[in-house]
Amino acid sequence: MSVEGTMQLVKRPENSLWLEFWRSFKRNRIALFGLIVLGLLLIIAIGAPWFAPYNYQESNLPQSMKPPSALHWLGTDELGRDILSRIIYGTRISLKVGLEAVAISLLIGILLGALAGYYGGITDHLIMRLMDMMLAFPPLLLAIAFMAALGRGIENAIIAIGIVAIPEYARIVRGSVLSIKENDYIQAARAVGNHDFQVIWYHVLPNVMAPLIVRATLGISAAILEAAALGFLGLGVQPPEAEWGAMLGSGRAAIFSAPHIITFPGIAITITVLAFNLLGDGLRDALDPRMKQ
Amino acid sequence: MLKYIMKRLLMLIPVLLGVSLIVFLIMHLFTGDPAALILGQHATQAQVAALRENLGLNDPIYLQFGKFIWQLLHGDLGRSLMSRRPVLDDLCACFPATIELAFFSLLIATVVGVTVGVISAVKRYSFFDYLSMIGALLGVSMPIFWLGLILIIVFAVNLQWLPVAGRIEIGLEPARITGLYLLDSLLTGNWEAMLSTLRHLLLPGFALAAYSMAIIARMTRSTMLEVIKQDYIRTAHAKGLTESRVINHHALKNALIPVVTVIGLQLGFLLGGAVLTETVFSWPGLGSLTVNAILASDYPVVQGSVLLVAVVFVVVNLVVDLLYAYLDPRIHYQ
Repeated sequence: MSVEGTMQLVKRPENSLWLEFWRSFKRNRIALFGLIVLGLLLIIAIGAPWFAPYNYQESNLPQSMKPPSALHWLGTDELGRDILSRIIYGTRISLKVGLEAVAISLLIGILLGALAGYYGGITDHLIMRLMDMMLAFPPLLLAIAFMAALGRGIENAIIAIGIVAIPEYARIVRGSVLSIKENDYIQAARAVGNHDFQVIWYHVLPNVMAPLIVRATLGISAAILEAAALGFLGLGVQPPEAEWGAMLGSGRAAIFSAPHIITFPGIAITITVLAFNLLGDGLRDALDPRMKQ
Repeated sequence: MLKYIMKRLLMLIPVLLGVSLIVFLIMHLFTGDPAALILGQHATQAQVAALRENLGLNDPIYLQFGKFIWQLLHGDLGRSLMSRRPVLDDLCACFPATIELAFFSLLIATVVGVTVGVISAVKRYSFFDYLSMIGALLGVSMPIFWLGLILIIVFAVNLQWLPVAGRIEIGLEPARITGLYLLDSLLTGNWEAMLSTLRHLLLPGFALAAYSMAIIARMTRSTMLEVIKQDYIRTAHAKGLTESRVINHHALKNALIPVVTVIGLQLGFLLGGAVLTETVFSWPGLGSLTVNAILASDYPVVQGSVLLVAVVFVVVNLVVDLLYAYLDPRIHYQ
């Protein structure tokens, strides 16, 4: 056989790993369902101005607390605003908070975890002790403490939720870096003259992506729940913005006369969080080598 | 084992110091001027400056932290800006209500979660298994404050089986011994108070327990499935033991060891989640105190309550670790 023929046999197409992952993932119908639901939510969030039948901020007091009807499919809230329109626009806020908060946690967590795992010694000790101290707090309580300090609003809520989750990602990255940094290919990368940053970025981090992707997906669902909790307590998104938790908080006073005000935003939160959890579970099963055996 | 306990107790000190540092830094670096908050918006610059000097707020941050720790060790958490009462008094008044709710929820979560997890594992792929795992998925996806509101609508408003809010019917409070109404009414033989407390605990307890119940059920099912596959279980079956004896006497104990850790960690979630449940059910606990303090910018109270919950969380984690080491001797020999 020619050299070219042998290389063809040996060389694995780059996209076969993705195909293998996709084949493994799509066998999990429940995870696929989660992915489809998330796709729909993304379409709703992007197309909110076209899907929402009414202006989500416009009050109409004579129409306040009306039950679901042909005019308002999910009814109106305590200020006469259309609940369906507010839920549709709320999808944008929930997805924004979930994605941005996890992005903060990931970026800082990867940096700290990589530094701690790669350099070890005093760097590792200091970073991990700080992470342990943060993990000593119940996450929601720490987010509330940050909100008390930073002040109310969606941006501060994203920062607070993001900071609180940093230790989880730092620990995952550190653990993975520790297990692979002594491998031959890392030694070889150092030997050919790569800087520490190049070794970490091009050779170490790609091998920790799988657990991070799974954790991040599940982290988005946790972030959405925490954002809803902060909104419910009046600490997160401020009126008149439409955030599902804030809708539950402001509609609480009317649950005896108009229970529909709190029913539909809660269903929206549950469906979104469930979809991310199903997707995260599916990604974990598809990426876990033990499941493939 | 004693050496392991002593080592873990010693390690508690730097962790508690670290927790205090984080609370101190959050409150002191990010909030507004405490002197201005105490004196109010009509105070002059000179008055604010004088109070800052008096409170030591112009001292270097490490000195302020040292003073904070010194005051902490003497039980001085400052004064509430709202009530002017010592923060410690407010915390002591509210803390028993939160502990009672958290432990009641943990009891529900553990009993139901472990039972469901064991049955799901034993009857794997049955209708019960699928139903319970769907329930567990919903349990971890539903916001607990929404579940609380739904429970109020169904059981308190529509069916009128249980009360909407509060800790006990007005006028039935038992004589205060511990501040835990269930325990106090048991100790004083006040059955009417005990029944009223239980009725008021059911809805918030179940709402708060739902997430933990789901986590514990999933974990128990997973560990039971691992244990059931072991050779010694196969041997037990081969010896002719009944299914219930194999599960209860051979499988369950080993399966529960990792579940113990999860149960302990859930207490931290329950203490944090109590903030939401107490708001929904107007439960007069630490969570309600914290939220009201945040909304009123009463930072000494926020600082005190966050610190208290964090310390309880750390101590509970230590107890869980020690229990885990006791159940699994391999841990403290590593």
